[in-house]
Amino acid sequence: MKEGKIELIKDGARLSGRGFEELRPIKIEVGVLKRADGSCYFELGDNKAIAAVYGPREMHPRHFQNAKRAVVKYRYNMAPFSVDDRKRPGPDRRSQEISMVSRKALDPVILRELYPKTAIEVYVEVLQSDAGTRTAGINAASVALADAGIPMRDLVSSVAIGKIDGEVVLDLDAKEDNFGEADMPIAMVARTNTITLLQMDGRLKKEEFERGLKLAMNGCRKIYELQKAALVEKYSKNGNGA
Amino acid sequence: MGQEVIEDIRKDYVYDLIENGKRADGRGFLDFRDIVVERDLINKAEGSTRVQIGDTVVLVGVKVEPGTPFPDTPNKGVLMTNAELVPLASPEFESGPPGEDSIELARVVDRGIRGSETIDLEALCIEEGEKVWMVFIDIHTLDNDGNLVDAAALGAITSLLNIDIPYEQYGLTGKDTLHIRDTPVAVTVAEIRGNLLVDPNVAEESAATNKLTVISNVDGSISGLQKSGSTGLTEEMIVKMTEIGIEKAREIREKYLPKI
Repeated sequence: MKEGKIELIKDGARLSGRGFEELRPIKIEVGVLKRADGSCYFELGDNKAIAAVYGPREMHPRHFQNAKRAVVKYRYNMAPFSVDDRKRPGPDRRSQEISMVSRKALDPVILRELYPKTAIEVYVEVLQSDAGTRTAGINAASVALADAGIPMRDLVSSVAIGKIDGEVVLDLDAKEDNFGEADMPIAMVARTNTITLLQMDGRLKKEEFERGLKLAMNGCRKIYELQKAALVEKYSKNGNGA
Repeated sequence: MGQEVIEDIRKDYVYDLIENGKRADGRGFLDFRDIVVERDLINKAEGSTRVQIGDTVVLVGVKVEPGTPFPDTPNKGVLMTNAELVPLASPEFESGPPGEDSIELARVVDRGIRGSETIDLEALCIEEGEKVWMVFIDIHTLDNDGNLVDAAALGAITSLLNIDIPYEQYGLTGKDTLHIRDTPVAVTVAEIRGNLLVDPNVAEESAATNKLTVISNVDGSISGLQKSGSTGLTEEMIVKMTEIGIEKAREIREKYLPKI
């Protein structure tokens, strides 16, 4: 959070014109890559993320194998041109942390016990960033896992809430994230209403947190419907989904 | 071992077809797959292009930022080309520091642009010895079905066209576009058991004995060459491959690049 004097809410409206509880426009495309076993392109406002899933396949290196269940690998990576100041290629501490929490957000829904000793690999590339890339990545990854035919208990949906000019709002864009007071991404399994990722940056009162959590969960439910619709759309086109 | 057997079967399939004058997707030996070029998809980059050749997809972004010149060229801007073969793009790619394949990809694309002096680097000097514009070409592979080099090179040159140098963004005064003096195009010619074909897909690449990437310019000159493969090529073969490369580059340039 940078200290800033930017007014993020003017005459009761956000700078983008969105309502406090309104998501940015979302676009989901399923099966966009040929080489991957499953893939998904996900746009959230100006965020563009693409996810690929490979596996279950042999785990390398072998000593990382788990005799009882598949191991999920998750790699979140930003393209060097995805941000205003070019990002140096390769993993940094931030992307390593995001990779870890994203993996843990998806782990609970994957029926890992069906594929002992294997790896299920999830690769997320952020092509353009505008705050909320980890949530876009998780949403894409979850659909890509389904597209790869990986048995899952449910999809995982993810969105952030934040606080700007004292108001709790859904789905911060980059300006709101930079100059706002708090940012809280969550991921949720809609069918069971369980949270699989929760992070918070900034400062929220207890009451704001509780309201924000409800708001984020509602946002996840909306995204969940869009994810399901995108999968149905792809697989209803023809019998084998090819 | 299973993987190797499959690999051999796949190669045999390619050999059989080629020896009967055919390719798996019905193309002629000197036909490219369908090419789709889309510009300016990434608004954080000064220039960007998505190039699709068949099922191969590459996204190239160009960023322009002020930086310090190299001590031996104090009055010249800097060109840096980088490629990431991200594991999203192929079951064969792995995460980790750039391997030799991604280094080769970046260097071949870089060489074509540098060799042809496509970018007027002297025009990128802001203050001699102190501050120059740095041009970063980042090649992001998204789906690898072979011939990444040609796709990346086309993406790079397309991205470089019509770039506004971001003076204002960095608190500098001035207004200029990136000066582009040529449009180098890469064409990779594969040799499979004595037959020459362009734009190899991934199966053809693995079956190819040799590949030669030819980067050529508007005037028909060559600004980059890269041979890869396991055996030697005769002079006659190399000349033929180069001729094919230049001719196909001319066709691609006419169709997908503006006249400069």
